[in-house]
Amino acid sequence: MATLNVLILVCLAYVVLLFGVAFAADRMAAAGRGAWLRSPLIYTLSLSIYCTAWTFYGAVGNAARSGLEFVTIYLGPTLVMVSWWWGLRKLVRVGRSQRVTSIADLISSRYGKSNTLAICVTILAVLGGTPYIALQLQSITLSFSIFAEADPSGLYREGSSVFWVAAGLAVFAILFGTRNLDANERHHGVVTAIALESVVKLFALLAVGAFVVWGVAGGVGPMMDRIDASEIGQWHVDAGRWTTFIFLSAAAFICLPRMFQVMVVENADEGHLRTAAWAFPLYLLLMSLFVVPIAVVGLDLMPEGSNPDLFVLTVPLSQGNDWLAMLSFIGGFSSATSMVIVTAMALSTMVSNHLVMPIWLSTQEGSGSVSGDVRNVVLMARRVSIAVIMALGFFYYRLSGGGAALASIGLVAFAGISQILPALVGGLFWRGATRTGALVGLTVGFLLWIYTLLLPGMGGTLISDSVLQNGPFAWGWLRPQALFGIEGMDPMVHTVMWSLSLNTVAFCVASLLSFPSPLERLQGAQFVNVFDHSVAPRGWTGSVAQSEDLMIMTQRILGAGPAQDFFQAEVEQQGGRSNLPEPTPAFLERLERELSGSVGAATAHAMIGQIVGGSSVSVEDLLAVADESAQMLEYSSQLEVKSAELSRTARQLREANTKLTQISEQKDSFLSQVSHELRTPMTSIRAFSEIMRDTDGLSAEEQTRYAAIIHDEALRLTRLLDDLLDLSVLESGQVSLNVGGDTLRSVLDRAVSSALAGTGQTLTVRRSKASERIPLQTDLDRLGQVFINLISNAQKYCDAEEPELTISAHDVGGQVVIDFADNGSGIPPEARSMVFEKFARVGVDKAGGAGLGLAICREIMQRLGGEITYLPGQGGAAFRVRLPLAYRQAAQ
Amino acid sequence: MSTGEDRPPSGVRPSLFLERQSYRRRRLSDAARLLPFFGAALLAIPLLWPDASGAQEGVPLSSAIFYIFACWAGLILASLVFGFAARRMAKHDDSEPETDRWPR
Repeated sequence: MATLNVLILVCLAYVVLLFGVAFAADRMAAAGRGAWLRSPLIYTLSLSIYCTAWTFYGAVGNAARSGLEFVTIYLGPTLVMVSWWWGLRKLVRVGRSQRVTSIADLISSRYGKSNTLAICVTILAVLGGTPYIALQLQSITLSFSIFAEADPSGLYREGSSVFWVAAGLAVFAILFGTRNLDANERHHGVVTAIALESVVKLFALLAVGAFVVWGVAGGVGPMMDRIDASEIGQWHVDAGRWTTFIFLSAAAFICLPRMFQVMVVENADEGHLRTAAWAFPLYLLLMSLFVVPIAVVGLDLMPEGSNPDLFVLTVPLSQGNDWLAMLSFIGGFSSATSMVIVTAMALSTMVSNHLVMPIWLSTQEGSGSVSGDVRNVVLMARRVSIAVIMALGFFYYRLSGGGAALASIGLVAFAGISQILPALVGGLFWRGATRTGALVGLTVGFLLWIYTLLLPGMGGTLISDSVLQNGPFAWGWLRPQALFGIEGMDPMVHTVMWSLSLNTVAFCVASLLSFPSPLERLQGAQFVNVFDHSVAPRGWTGSVAQSEDLMIMTQRILGAGPAQDFFQAEVEQQGGRSNLPEPTPAFLERLERELSGSVGAATAHAMIGQIVGGSSVSVEDLLAVADESAQMLEYSSQLEVKSAELSRTARQLREANTKLTQISEQKDSFLSQVSHELRTPMTSIRAFSEIMRDTDGLSAEEQTRYAAIIHDEALRLTRLLDDLLDLSVLESGQVSLNVGGDTLRSVLDRAVSSALAGTGQTLTVRRSKASERIPLQTDLDRLGQVFINLISNAQKYCDAEEPELTISAHDVGGQVVIDFADNGSGIPPEARSMVFEKFARVGVDKAGGAGLGLAICREIMQRLGGEITYLPGQGGAAFRVRLPLAYRQAAQ
Repeated sequence: MSTGEDRPPSGVRPSLFLERQSYRRRRLSDAARLLPFFGAALLAIPLLWPDASGAQEGVPLSSAIFYIFACWAGLILASLVFGFAARRMAKHDDSEPETDRWPR
């Protein structure tokens, strides 16, 4: 007979085996071997942590009490898996694209990375998980007690054994679940271990079932007869419970933190869902295949009043089949441990990411970026929270008295966790779902669940009997188990119906009434349309981010090695040669996802936000929210804008380059021109002065002629130097203006006469003197200089046979506009932009001046507050002079 | 001459074939999507069976087990068949642009 000591030894050996498997799987995954670790089969088997000790022991108990009703708990998940195309596919895609670490993280992420919401879901998950943990404790304790009854030593005491089971499971879960920090990374070890446990529990249950059917009852036919003849042989369907439980188990299957962990977080390939869609229901079917036979045989064989929850153990024991009983015990034990490992992992991740880290971060605020070793803080938080969760389960077990049927405890947990469903489904399929809606819905459902199910379930310790009977303050319509006076409902059906329906109503109404934040709308679009764009476009503006601070923070979270590798890879990707990558938005986004794998989306967002100085929900992001296709449109339009900008810049550069080249050429030609201009008069001056010095007997007439030549050449030199001086004075702005008043007409008169004086008068000047009677208040001499220049230019360059210059003047609202147009061939277009430049001369061959005239004109006009421009399209060369009627200092 | 005329239709035929292939695939995925509703309807049948309130005798448990497990196995089988068929069709038909309908 198996003694307690042997039992404990077997348990320990089993745990050691699990550790060995996990360790080996981790090693294989790290070495890159073992593709089967990521196979659909392992994925499917890991999903079967859905089958806990409740399934293993409780299903039989449930069947012994209410017939086929136990099967509802497996039909719900079957329907969910079969409809994977509708829901799970999206859930998994969202989870993978957002690097979600837990269901709280998913909800928080969807509703604008709200940590409040994450805290709510975490608390709900912890409280909802508590009865579930208690259930595992109870089942293990019960199974121990069965063996203890037979143990002659009699050392077994129930109270202390529960404690030791709880403590043992806590240590186990801590050792198993908190080895790696990154909750988002695939835990190959854990997943493989729980896959093994799935096989063990299935094998154990099938073995007991086969033993019962063929060993005890003697085949399928006799078994069926025995079933019909038993006390549960006539099955009455409770329609309410049937539908409610199918729905409830389907909801819980999606919302349970541990299911989310294996289904979404640990998912390696979306395609695995397709296999799991049939393989997991098959597993469930096999698990429940022998439940009724075991229950019926147990009811037959076992004495009146024995606990049907333990038939799986007691039936083989009563038949003297100790080894089968031991196998069955291992099966139950592995159901409990796998559930506890994954639940502890999932819940502790949620607690540390959403409760501990935000608090810890807020205490760290102000002391630089992030100080201290975050890594240790996170790990410690996870370990402590596992211990706390186990302690909660322990206390629930003690408070509920440990007497309840396993199935009813499990259903309490299911009803609690299902309150997440409206927010989850709404978030995945309805863009209009808001944070407020989710918060209100969750709160309503959660409170109703506590009030109508959890508190009454815990007996008279937390809620008095009078409240149960008559409602609080004797308000009958608020009785916990008969809300609004509707009596006679099954308590479970009552709770599920009211809490989920009111939860959904509150969620919808609050969502409709509230307005989401930009980030929320962005995330909403990301989630609902995840198949359209799986890449999240939320941007960080990294201009102010300090790469070094980011590096320090990342090291503290990921550990020095992984962080350095990550940054180094980033540097290489950016092609930089420095030690740290540039904080580009893309890099910050990747970093945030990397960190969110360790500390959750909300915390990672907050931490990077602390260093970078705020996320940018920019106008572009809002555009993306406004329209699903806006993202692509916007991106391409951005590209278009950028390319237009680039081509504009390139054109400007080309123009500038051409101009610079021209200027440089002109400068060169001007320098040679100037040297030439200076040299020619200088040569004549020198030559003639040498003649006058060296030649004797020059006639007076010759002397005068030579002296006149020298004089003329000297004048030419002076004029050239005057021009240069004039221009430099004008350009430097040191010119002093001599403002006086006169009419335009007299200024033009003077200019025309002085420009044409001493020349052959070949140029005909056409004026309409009537329109020139405009009074001016400006520097008349300088203005005259401009006019003279323009007129003499026309005289010099007009190539018509009968050169003509038309001068017309207009008064245009406070400004006078004077056009000078000749009838020549004009200035070629390519030279137009250059005519006002210094040293510019159209056609080097037509040497006349030094090319400073128009440059001086432009400078003068600027000084006078006007402008001079070339006027194209007038037949010949035309210039427009524009200046204010009255010179004002401000015009400068 | 005759070969020159024959060529264009033979070039069209495969695309017709592909069209039909992807059409069948769409209908198959439709069926797979309808499966949960069908399953839910089957599992709702027990609601019509006599309940505890009436004087009627309940359903024999063995019949109930047969019915439920048969439905269950049928659902699993259908899901399996759809899964494999869809995967095989997806392999055959790579020209389908909307791969998202059945992600590989």
